[in-house]
Amino acid sequence: MEDKTPIVEIEHVNKSYRRGTHTIPVLVDINLDIAEGEFVALMGPSGSGKSTLLNLIAALDHLDSGVIKVGGVDITILSETELAAWRAVNVGFIFQFYNLIPVLTAFENVELPLLLTGLSRRERRTHVELALQVVNLASRMDHYPGQLSGGEQQRVAIARAIVTDPTILVADEPTGDLDRVAAEEILGLMDRLNRESGKTIIMVTHDPRAAKKAHTIRYLEKGILNNVHPQAAL
Amino acid sequence: MYILKLLFRNAFRHKLRTALTILGVTVAILSFGLLRTFIDAWYSGAEASSASRLVTRNATSIIFTLPLAYKDKIRQIDGVKQISWGDWFGGIYIEEKNFFANYAVDAKSYIELYSEYVLPQAQKEAFFRDRRGCFVGRKLAERFHWKIGDIITLKGTIFPGNWAFVLRGIYYGKNEVADETVFFFHWDYLNEALKKRGSIFADQVGFYMIGVKDPNRAAEVAQAIDRTFKNSLAETLTETEKAFVLSFISMSDAIIVAIQLVSFVVIIIIMAVAANTMAMTARERIGEYAIFKTLGYRGWRIAGMIVGESLFITMIGCLLGIALTPFATAEFRQLLGAYFPGFAVKMETVYMALGAAVLVGLCAAIIPTWRAVTIRIADGLRRIG
Amino acid sequence: MGIPISYSFRNLWTRRLTTVLTALGMALVVFVFAAILMLAEGLRKTLVETGSYDNVIVIRKGSNSEVQSGVSRYQASIIETEPEAAIGADGRPLVAKELVVLITLPKRATNSPSNVVIRGMGTSSLTLRPQVKLIAGRMPKAGSSEIVAGRSIAERFKGGGIGETLRFGMRDWRVVGIFDAGNTGFSSEIWGDADQLLQAFRRPAYSSVIFKLRDPSEFETVKKRIENDPRLTLEAKRENQYYLDQSRMMAKFLRILGMSLTIIFSLGAIIGAMITMYSAVATRTGEIGTMRALGFKKISILGAFIMEALFLGLIGGCVGLFLASFLQLLTISTMNFQTFSELAFSFTLTSDIVWKGLGFSLVMGFIGGALPAVRASRMNIVESLRTV
Repeated sequence: MEDKTPIVEIEHVNKSYRRGTHTIPVLVDINLDIAEGEFVALMGPSGSGKSTLLNLIAALDHLDSGVIKVGGVDITILSETELAAWRAVNVGFIFQFYNLIPVLTAFENVELPLLLTGLSRRERRTHVELALQVVNLASRMDHYPGQLSGGEQQRVAIARAIVTDPTILVADEPTGDLDRVAAEEILGLMDRLNRESGKTIIMVTHDPRAAKKAHTIRYLEKGILNNVHPQAAL
Repeated sequence: MYILKLLFRNAFRHKLRTALTILGVTVAILSFGLLRTFIDAWYSGAEASSASRLVTRNATSIIFTLPLAYKDKIRQIDGVKQISWGDWFGGIYIEEKNFFANYAVDAKSYIELYSEYVLPQAQKEAFFRDRRGCFVGRKLAERFHWKIGDIITLKGTIFPGNWAFVLRGIYYGKNEVADETVFFFHWDYLNEALKKRGSIFADQVGFYMIGVKDPNRAAEVAQAIDRTFKNSLAETLTETEKAFVLSFISMSDAIIVAIQLVSFVVIIIIMAVAANTMAMTARERIGEYAIFKTLGYRGWRIAGMIVGESLFITMIGCLLGIALTPFATAEFRQLLGAYFPGFAVKMETVYMALGAAVLVGLCAAIIPTWRAVTIRIADGLRRIG
Repeated sequence: MGIPISYSFRNLWTRRLTTVLTALGMALVVFVFAAILMLAEGLRKTLVETGSYDNVIVIRKGSNSEVQSGVSRYQASIIETEPEAAIGADGRPLVAKELVVLITLPKRATNSPSNVVIRGMGTSSLTLRPQVKLIAGRMPKAGSSEIVAGRSIAERFKGGGIGETLRFGMRDWRVVGIFDAGNTGFSSEIWGDADQLLQAFRRPAYSSVIFKLRDPSEFETVKKRIENDPRLTLEAKRENQYYLDQSRMMAKFLRILGMSLTIIFSLGAIIGAMITMYSAVATRTGEIGTMRALGFKKISILGAFIMEALFLGLIGGCVGLFLASFLQLLTISTMNFQTFSELAFSFTLTSDIVWKGLGFSLVMGFIGGALPAVRASRMNIVESLRTV
């Protein structure tokens, strides 16, 4: 189909949790390729390991065996310090509960990832304002999260996620805490980012409406990945 | 019992925080106890002194002397049972930091008057026989590892020269408060040497110690003595031994007051710490308190829970602190025991410590209790999750 | 670049009550710390400035202070002939033969007695002490029963004010003037004519002889001569050194007491800071995970929390020093353990003490915040994100 290398390559990945003397397998022999510009939804019952897989792709956690390459880089062999630096540039996070820093303004929250780069203040400002414009919140940039609605906070979080122009965007239940209208807004935004800017998005979700926006849905059950034809199961 | 179980479990939900708070209270109570004991030690001299002994000295100030001839006149005053005399010698043993009190006293009468100092008969006789003899308190002998027969040399400051004495006796106190750190030698020995030098201090005493027949008449006798010598060359000031010691202490009262103030400051510091802990704890549990309210618990029950937990923490810390105080006191006694013979923890201090802990526990709970009791259920429930 | 400083600062502002309480604890500790240093400094200043480097004080060998000392007229007259003594404006050597005794006077406020120094002065005594200035009335007439009182005595003791009378040595003495010697020990003294006082107290000998060196570097020469002279049993010290020695015991006592108190108290304040910081870390677990996820290194997290703890300490330190500065309005009047005499001195705040106080508060903040900060930096990213 494509002769381009997938942006995310997951090969024979296994992960289990140790609880006392028991070892509970969470991911079993996962193999998955995600092409650049793809919008993937990971679904499954709770405890199926979908969040764990997401964490591994985003280099937040360590696997037991296997290889994960993102943008050609084997992240499983990087050290803790290297991973931190890698994440700053390559991954954009969107969390269920927004995870904004309450004592920083919207502007400062979006600026946060840029502080890890070598950009000057003026350059940072340009990027932040641009990102906030994309999510349509430039007018509220000096407000604190406490002064914003749930939907607005998630939009700030998305601005933060895209401000460094990362390789991939990972979203963990992005609409989980939002009402229907706000959820629609957020999903529409993510859809635009994918279609117009070609951003690769990997999303974990329960919400079938959210899954509808994705190109591909992958199904995880008890740590094993199933392939489901797009739209087939819905 | 359920209440206690609940309080206990609640307090230890946050093991580290509770442990640190208890530690803080322990440290505070410990320092409070130490400071108070330190001040008590300062006053211990006054405790040891008797109300049935009088001190007669020169009214102008302690550096002036009284004629030896006064003793006969004093002896004749109604109410006087015994009389002894002596001088503050102020000698230095090797170097200044080895400070201890040393006196030249009229041995026989002094030992009779100070019946709380017990000297074994054999040692007493040896001392009386040796003009150059001296006897010292048990704690002093221990401090410098002196044994009977040792020659001890003091460098005179008021009475110049090197004065050598032979240790003939070691006395111990009959009760806990008696001072066992004093050095005594024969007044006659000093006086003879002064006469030989032709010093103006010959046949002069620094003070007279007077034993009265009836302690209730002590004030009367004191006044009678002073009246006798009014308008003479050396006017006297007579007061009970206790009053005399207290007047010395009062000269340093600025420092004593400062230390007392500081002992209260430490309580305030720990109050701030405990209040902080309770405020944090209450803030986290505000949702729970709302739930209790929905279940029908009234405000005062919730208040009781918070106050109870606060008191629980402070009381544990207080008891630990009180338990540790004797050990810390022993350490201090090692360092400063030479200056303050009576270093012991009083019951009064313990009661004050307990009171302080209760006060801290209550005050720390004020703001959190007020917040918890006044919060509206809906607001509280919203804060969970 | 790491986490911005405003993060640390704003978090303190958000939890105001906690910040205030914790900082208050540290403020009190710094207050006590500064107070003790200020007291010791005040004591030192009083005693050091009391004497001059150029003056020599001669007392009997072995006695620790003028009060215990005795210098016979014969010995005093020998000292008067020492060539190293400076010559005054009137062509005579600047030498003063003085008598120092203690008398007991009642304090005005409490009526409790205290020992006060009475100094019998010679004609050169005032000239030898340029720090002493007459601020009211006049100096006593030679041969009279008149006295001048130091400012501290006039204020605090009954009968010490101008026009008042004191009775001692079987005579009445009228206060005809007040002198001010600044913060020095002389302000706690009463001065009168030496010969009159010698008579009143029936003393055969002076207490000390003081003279000014014509050349300050000649001190060693004259000291050696005096101490080796077989006719004399005296020792010589520079006047400022003499007064410094007088305070050694008190200074040491204050230092030891003060430092042990401060250390114990600081434990309490550090524990308070620790509790606060641990709580801060626990409350912000989600944020910490987020920042780690975004790519901030462990050390940045560590730094941010240490910074917060340092801010706490700094606030406490500033408040404590501010409060301590008001102590300068107070004067302490107490008995010097070594000389048994009344000594008045005040709290003195120096920039050195300010730096020490701030440094101490920062150290307290650091120690209190270190362990919680380490815990924050070491958190597992995935677990902390789960607790949002």
